[in-house]
Parts: sequence; structure tokens; C-alpha cells
Amino acid sequence: MSWLRDWVALPEHVTGQELSEVLIRAGLEVETVDSVGEGVGPLVVGRVVDLVDEPQKNGKIIRWCHVDVGAALAPDVPPAPVADRPITEGVRGIICGAHNFAVGDLVVVGLPGTVLAGGFTLSSRKTYGHLSDGMICAEDELGIGVDHSGIIVLPPEAGLAAGDDPSSYLGLGDQVLDINVSPDMAYCLSIRGLAREAAQALEVAFADVVDRAVPGAVADGYPVVLDDAACSLFVALRVFGIDPSATSPRWLQRRLSMAGMRSISLPVDVTNYVMLEVGQPLHAYDASKLRGAIRVRKASEGELIVTLDDVRRTLAADDLLITDDSGPIGIAGVMGGASTECDPATTDIVLEAAAFDPPTISRSMRRHGLPSEASKRFERGTDPAASYAAAQLAARLLVELGGGTLSADETVVGGVTDLPGQRLRTDLPSQILGLEVPAKRVVQILRAGGVAVTDDEDGVLDLVPPTWRRDLRDPYDYVEEVGRKIGFDEIPSIVPTPPTGRGLTRAQVIRRAVTHALADAGFTQVLLLPFASGDDLDRLGLPADDRRRATVRLANPLAETSPYLRTSLLPGLFAAVQRNTSRGNDDLALFESGAVFRAGSGSAAPVPGVEQRPAQDEWAAMQAALPAQPWHLGAVLTGAWRPAGWAGAVEPASWQHALAFADVAAAAAGVTVRRVADEHAPFHPGRCAKLLVSTSEGDEVLFGHAGELHPLACRAFGLPPRTAAVEVSLDVLIEVAPGPGSIAPVSPHPVAKEDVAVVVAEAVSAGEVQAALVAGAGELLESIRLFDVYRGAQVPDGSKSLAFALRFRAPDRTLKDAEIAAARDAAVAEAARAFGAVQRA
Amino acid sequence: MSAQNAPEGADALRPEAIEASTSAALAAIAAAGTMAELKDARLAHAGDRSALALANRAIGSIPPTERKEAGRLLGAARARVQQALAERTEQVEAAELARTLLAETVDVTLPVELQPEGAIHPIRGLIDLMSDVFVAMGWEVAEGPELEAEWLNFDALNIGADHPSRGETDTLFVEPVSNHLVMRTHTSPVQARALLTRDLPVYVICPGKTYRADEYDATHLPVFHQVEGLAVDKGLSLAHLRGTLDHFAQAMFGAGIRTRMRPHYFPFTEPSAEVDLQCFVCRGESVGNPDRPCRTCKSEGWIEWGGCGVVNPRVLRACGVDPEVYSGFAFGMGIERTLQSRNNLSDMRDLVEGDVRFSRTLKGVAR
Repeated sequence: MSWLRDWVALPEHVTGQELSEVLIRAGLEVETVDSVGEGVGPLVVGRVVDLVDEPQKNGKIIRWCHVDVGAALAPDVPPAPVADRPITEGVRGIICGAHNFAVGDLVVVGLPGTVLAGGFTLSSRKTYGHLSDGMICAEDELGIGVDHSGIIVLPPEAGLAAGDDPSSYLGLGDQVLDINVSPDMAYCLSIRGLAREAAQALEVAFADVVDRAVPGAVADGYPVVLDDAACSLFVALRVFGIDPSATSPRWLQRRLSMAGMRSISLPVDVTNYVMLEVGQPLHAYDASKLRGAIRVRKASEGELIVTLDDVRRTLAADDLLITDDSGPIGIAGVMGGASTECDPATTDIVLEAAAFDPPTISRSMRRHGLPSEASKRFERGTDPAASYAAAQLAARLLVELGGGTLSADETVVGGVTDLPGQRLRTDLPSQILGLEVPAKRVVQILRAGGVAVTDDEDGVLDLVPPTWRRDLRDPYDYVEEVGRKIGFDEIPSIVPTPPTGRGLTRAQVIRRAVTHALADAGFTQVLLLPFASGDDLDRLGLPADDRRRATVRLANPLAETSPYLRTSLLPGLFAAVQRNTSRGNDDLALFESGAVFRAGSGSAAPVPGVEQRPAQDEWAAMQAALPAQPWHLGAVLTGAWRPAGWAGAVEPASWQHALAFADVAAAAAGVTVRRVADEHAPFHPGRCAKLLVSTSEGDEVLFGHAGELHPLACRAFGLPPRTAAVEVSLDVLIEVAPGPGSIAPVSPHPVAKEDVAVVVAEAVSAGEVQAALVAGAGELLESIRLFDVYRGAQVPDGSKSLAFALRFRAPDRTLKDAEIAAARDAAVAEAARAFGAVQRA
Repeated sequence: MSAQNAPEGADALRPEAIEASTSAALAAIAAAGTMAELKDARLAHAGDRSALALANRAIGSIPPTERKEAGRLLGAARARVQQALAERTEQVEAAELARTLLAETVDVTLPVELQPEGAIHPIRGLIDLMSDVFVAMGWEVAEGPELEAEWLNFDALNIGADHPSRGETDTLFVEPVSNHLVMRTHTSPVQARALLTRDLPVYVICPGKTYRADEYDATHLPVFHQVEGLAVDKGLSLAHLRGTLDHFAQAMFGAGIRTRMRPHYFPFTEPSAEVDLQCFVCRGESVGNPDRPCRTCKSEGWIEWGGCGVVNPRVLRACGVDPEVYSGFAFGMGIERTLQSRNNLSDMRDLVEGDVRFSRTLKGVAR
């Protein structure tokens, strides 16, 4: 806040919280507002009057200090003297672990009762054989920085004396706003940009830190050659004779620290400070290490550089380089090279302030994985017009703080070009914002933001954005600018009236009905991650040519162990069973409804332009390149379907429930499933049904499979024995689901019930027998239900008796006994003809 | 009460005798406590061998002049007995029914179940709930593939080739990368599909699964769900977006809930905004009020809900819509995030681990 106040006339009463609300309305995402050292204190300045270094058994050397905190804060009991030197009033004995201070230094002292960052309250305590009656503080302990390399030593120019309160000098109570700047507001990655936004929002005065324009090209200073269009401007200034021992003053360190940067050395701190203030990243070269002219060019593929972090990097042809006669000395806008780095002996510096092509920097930054404060700004675009002023500011600071001399010989290569202009209909903002904005207001807002507006009052404005607003390109960008400045809160709320909609599609209605039916029937829906491993397919026991082996692989899977997209819902459900049983959930009827992915044509999807819609053939090719992604329904059952209870014994979850699942799902869509015994992985070969459904044309299509799992599959997936499962295609179901249908009249005539038991060979399935009975019984049959299966003494070995309850009824009359008997006999006759069924007496 | 003791013949027709038989009958009926006892009383006092029946038979043996009077007395007596019988029958039946019902009492707190407890996953439930709000407004629900063409996921939405989100650290690519297929990173390609395949005007919402190369932890999932909305028509503005969001917020979170739009940046919309929801728990009353902290909004008064804006004309052009004629708005929310604030979801991983207890946690369809 104090930094911002340097450049914008914020009224004194505006708090960080209030400013944050203003900035949020302007489109800046203020994440937090923190007060520096909130709750910390009270603190007092102490003068170190005496100290003794005492080695300890643990190898550490601690300091036993006498610190004068002023007579007003004199301790009740004076500390023991050191070497018989007399103790003056106001002196306290304090143990300190740091060594970066000497007798006579002014330090920051917390006395017993002082609260430190994190809410820790100091007290006197006996330690290392002394009574420590306070604490000499480091930055981090006060919450004003992260530095814990040593305690704070107050410089003489702070103008403080023992007994003073150092809080305001330390910046305690200042507020720090943590702001997440969206990519289109790169100019707000600086105090300059934020000050401009704050000033405009609060309608107060703004002072631009950029106080001078970029001069015309001049080559008096360090020689610079631009060989690539990706660098449009390069300013080089030289500062000689900097005192290498000069360090950054506290105020500068404090501002860096509040911005989350560490103090490193005066030249580095100054370039960082100017970057934070102006938004222009700078680089400082040690002039004595430069060899010949600086040349900005693209790298040769495979060229090498050792960067500041001492990492040897291989460059790509697209990397923009800063070079000298020795070769690359920096990846432009991303990171400097080690060979020309400023070191503790550096006295002469060449300062670089340049403008680079944002996409080039972005690619380099990502290629080398080097996001930094500088590359982040270059990636989004800096204000080239600010570069010269930024270099000048940095040079002045180096002169002022490091005792250097700024060379009058300057180098400016390239220049600043206007960003492309745009034309804006003055009524477009009103039209798009849904809020009446008079043309005058539009002009005023845009001008306040730095846009050059030419208004011929013909209803169209000619606009040129300021050099720091690369984001203002399209008319709609200017509309947003206007809306943002007015405030989105002002926009009215109007519910639009669409043309009458047609409701959910048939497929959506069916999917919903199926899900509800299954949940109502006792199945629990889960959602699982749709990734699969190669092992899963083997564990399912799939043959080599199984369709489920045609997988889609991800190029960058989240886990190398699961690089595929699932072709079946079952492995995911099996894993869910394992997770459940390991948590003691043993009775499970889980289902999932979701997409599976089948390897497609393998053709590439075209990437057409974006100026118009894709051509017909491009669109078709794009769709053809997409693998099939049918929606499946899958379920897995284990444990008890109904646990043993007071009303009955346990009903174990079994293959029957898996089959019933398919029936319930199909019934919700008005479809009947026909089951045929089948052998299909991962099912038990004797307990697996192929599920068939019929299209409206009467063709049977595969719906899916259900049954008990193969014991080997259970073992492979760690499932309880006799786990049952089912997987069907929801898409097939939707495809075959019948249309509206017609309502059959309900006959008012009496029903005739006939039970029939037939004996058939064991191999004949009940479904087949039933189908034969139905076919034979004819139109009078209203319903049929199998109610008993008997094997035993009353029927021959290898046979079984199937008992069916038949109900006959005519729509128009009461059936005569003879008619009923004839229909029943015809039913049995057909079963006899087809399967040799014999009616039991 | 037996008929044997009754007077015989003409004696039985004396008024005192009739009265005595009647009294005996009424007493016996009144004394009957069960249907069996009542049956005995009926046989004894109203049956063929009862005193009154015998008296009736004796009526021929008395002088004709006395017959009328005797008949009247006898008739009245028999009527009284019949009426007493009927009344008592009703009482005894009611008492017996009451005893039976009492004896048949069950413990209604015993567990009863038709089948296991099924459930719809909270995410699917919430999607349906959201869809219904828009369907009721006349919008339609659009769908598209999860494995999508790169052009539809990025280029068509004004996300250029150099955009960071197109890197392998953000987007899951299908092998080989040169085929330009990705797992959709948002449901926005469905919006592009809607514009490319439907007749204008278009009012659709697109709920569905989306993929990011993201962490898997308590607050991030690599696979999650979004609901996006798109309206393209003549004369649509940010005001219509705001109206739609307000309506949606109120339908989902309660009457009177407001939304707030904060300017933001998205490639596919311009102007763009982030939309915040007024906290539906404290309605902002926890802000600056340490005595009434709000867990739902962390005492900020607003909950981040999603992104929105006016459809960028570049997107309209790529989808074959003339931005000089049509304008539109779009918005998108994370369904998991909505569930998080709306239903206090604490650990995102629970959504995809398939724990049966989690799916059952919101009984009934999403509440």
C-alpha cells in the first residue's frame, strides 16, 4: 500500500480492504490482504553494548549479549556483568544465535510479553546458562519478510536510538495485497499499472513512474546489434564504479520482500525493484565480462548455454538469445547466462531493458521450464515505451545507492511502434453490455485508460491502444474495457426468452429413466475414473481378438500404469469393489453408466482455420477421426443382496441379480431382453448369458452379457468368490427402444388359469420351452410364468420338470372349457414337437 | 335358563309367565360374553324350543278372546329378545375383533426392506437438477464426445496454438499427438458443436465430464464435471447473461440469492467475468462479523461459482455465425465445486472412489 501511495493519491483513509474491493470490481483478483506483522509488538530498538561468543557442547556458538533498550525499559534485575565491565541502566542480557552484528549495532528487540509472528509471546527464560531477558529479532520472526539468515541490524541512516519504537521504520502495519493478474492485464504486473487502475477507479490523481519517452536510436554506448525481429527494442546503459560492498537499503529490501522476492545484491535488487515498479524486466551484465558487441539472434539448434542457475541447457532454433563474441550470454527474457553474471566484485554494469515478442518468450520459457518474474512479464507483453525510463531509473538507483557513475553514452536500438488500431461503433458497448452508455462516456473512459481516441462524431471511434495494452485488439475488447470501468455491478438483470424448447431428447429421457429404475431396484450408482491398464484386459481373460483390446492410448497419461481409456466398465467396478470390501462394505450392488472408448480409424483430425466454419469435408474428417465412445451400463454384485434378517434368511447377491439388472434397465426403456447361454470373458462359462434385444424391424442385436464371474477373474481382480457382473450398451438400448406404442384394451372377461408341467432334457433351457409354449398357445394366452423347476425321483435322470402358470383370456367373450383345453394342449404340443417335452400328469 | 323350567301350555301365556321368560332371555343374552355363549343364549331363548317359542305354539289352546292380547304380549316380548340379540351380537363381535386385533399387534419398528438401498450418484443427480432448471426456461440439453477434436476444444474457442492450456501439463492428448485428438478440457466444445450443427437461435446447456492433467487430491480431480450454458440470438447482452445466472442461482440455492460478476479473462468470451454467488447460508451477514463466522463462504459473503461472458465474435466466426447479426453469452460452472459449496462435500476423491456409502449419502435424488 505504501508503495502504491507513491504514485497514486489514495485518500489516507482508504484501507487495503477497501482498495481490494475497488480492484476486484476492476477485474483484478485480489486473493488476500495482509497487514505486515499484524499483531506483532511491542518492539524496541536496542544497542548492543557487549557480547561474548560461547561455544556449546552441541557445536553451536551462541552469543551472550548485553543490549541497551533505554532506561525506561530497564529490567528489574540487571544481568551479570561480562568481564567485570559495569552494567548501565537499561541493559538487558539476551542470548542470540545469530552472528551478523557487532558491538555498537542497533538491533530490534522484543522484551518479555512481546508477541511475535505466529502469535508466539516472549518470556524471560534460562538458557545456555544465562537468563535471556528478551530476543533480538530477525525479519521472519516479525512477519515482515522471510529472511532468517541473521537478525535485523538497523542502519545509522534510520535515525533510531536505543529505546525507540522501530515499528514504522520496519513497515509494520503496512498492507500487502496479493493479486492474481489475468493474462489480458499484463500491465497490472507492476505498481505502475495497479496505480493507474486504482487512480481511475477512485478518480484520484496518478503519477506515471515512466517519466521519459524512448529516445531515437543512438549507438554511443555499449554496441548492440539486433538480428531478429523478435527483439524490437534494446536499451543499454552503463554504470561504472559501483561500490561492490554496497548493499540494498532496508526500504528497498522491505519492498522486495513484501513482493515476495529476496534481497540478493544491490544490482540484482535494483533491477528487480524497477521491474516491480515499472513492469519492465531488466538485466544487469558485469561489463568486465562482456566480450564485444551484444547481438540478439535466434539460437542454432543444439547450441549450448550455462544459465545463471549453473545449468547447462541445449537450445532450440526458436530460442531468442542475447550473445556476445563469446557466444550466448542469456536466453532473451527468460534467464541470463552464468558467464556475464554480476558477482560480489562487480563494479561496472551494463543494464539491458528490451522488448521481446511475447509468444517467442513464452515458448522458450516453457521449453526450458523456466518461469520467472521476468519471463512471466515478457510472456504476456511489456510496455516497450517504458523500457528507457526503467533503465534510467535503475541506473539512478545504482548511482545513488552504490556510488556509481552513469555513463552519458547510451545505446538505443530499435524503437517503439504503435499497436494496431481498431474502429468501434459507439453504440456497441451499450448493445453488448445491456446498459445505456452514452458515446461521450465511452470516449472519456477509453481516454482515461490511455487509449488514443479520434472521435469524428460519426458514430464510429478510431482507436489506438496505449503501448502497454496489447490485449486491446477487437471491438469487444474495448467493450469490456468500458464495462470494466463502469463496473459490472451496474449491468441490469434480464432473463432472456428463448424460443420454445423441446425438452429433453428421447435419449436423455431414457438414460434418466434407466438410472432411476436401477437405483429404485436397489443398485447404487458410482462414478469412476475412466483410465485402464493393459493388465486389466489380461486379467479379464480376453482373447487376443476381443474388441475390448482395441484401446485408445493417451500420449501423456496421468499414470504410466493406466495409459489407456477404458473399453469396458468392469475393471473399474471391480477396483471399486476392492476399495469397498477393504473398508468393510461387503454387500455391494454397484453400477456405473458412462462412456467407453474404442480405437478408431486412426486418422488425424484436421485443424482448420478459425476465420470461418470448417468446410463440409473438414468437418466430416474431424468427426471420422474420433473413436467410437458408446455409453455403457455396468454393474457388479457381491455379498448379500438381502442380508439375513428377522423375516428371512440371507439372499446372496448372485448371477440372478446381474441378469435382473439388464431386465430392469431394458424395461425402463420399454424393451424386453432375450437371454441365451454364452461363453464370454470374464464370465463363468456355465453361468453367462448373452443378452439380446430386438429392433423395431424385429432384428435381434447384442445388448451385452451378464452372469457370474469366472473364478479366475475373481481371483485376478481380488474379488470375493461368486461375484456377479453385467455390462450392456446404453446406446443400443436407446436405439431399439420402441416408440410411443399402442395401449391394448383391457378385457373385462374372466380369466382361465391353467398350470402345465412338462418334463424336458436337462440341456433344454427354460427360456426355450417357454417360447415354445407361447408359440403353441396362440392368441388367447394372456401371460405365462415359470413357477417351479423340479429334478428328482418323479422324473427320469438327466431330465427336469418345468411348471408354468398359464392365464388365458379372450378380449370379447368368456372362454369355454373346450377352448381353454385346446389352447393348453396346443401349447404343450408345440413344446413336445420342439424339445420332446412330455406333460406330467 | 333352560326351557324345561318354563311353564307349560296356557300357563305360559300368562302375562307374568311371558314377562318371566322375557327377563330370563334378556338376562342370558346380556350375560353372553363371546359369540359361542351368544349362540347358546339364542338357542335357549329364541330358538324353537325356547319358552317364548313354546308359548307361541300354545296360543291355540287358550280361549279365542284372550288370544289377541296374548299374541300382542308375546309378539312384543319376542321382538325385545330379537333386538337384544342383535345389539349384543354387534357388541360381542366388536369386542372379539378388538381382541383379535390386539393379539395381532406387530413391532412396526422392525427393519423392513424390499431390496437393498439403491442410489443415484450425487453428481448425476445434480446434473439432472440443473438441466431441469434450464429445460423449464425453454433451453435444451446438448451433449458431445469426451474424446474430442483438438480444433473444437481449443482453436474454435479462440485458444491459440501457443496458449499454455494446450500444453501436455494441462491437457491429456490421445496418442499419436499428431492426430489432434484430446480429452476435452471443458464442455465448451459442445457449445461449438451446438453452433455448428443447430439452427439459430441456440439456447443450450452442456453438462458433462471433462479432463485435465491435474493433481488427484482432496481438492482436485483429473476428471470432473462441468455444466456450461450458451445462448446465441439476436440482441443478447451481458444483461441477459446476468438475468440467466440470477435465475439459475435462485433455482439452485434459494429465492433472493444474488450473483456478482467480476471482470476476468477467458479467450472464448469478451467481455469476460467470474461469477460469484451470494453466500446462501449467511447471505453476507458473516462479513466483518467475527461473532457469526460462516464456514460455507469463509466469511467472505461470496462463493466463487464459475466463469462467464459474452461470446467472443472470433468464436462465432469459427462456428459459422455472423457476429454482426448475432451475439451471445456463455457461462460455465464446476459441478463438483457446486456440490462442494451446496452440500458440504469435503474430499473430492470420494466422488470417484466408488464407495457405496458416499453415493448413498444424499438420500433421494440430489437435494
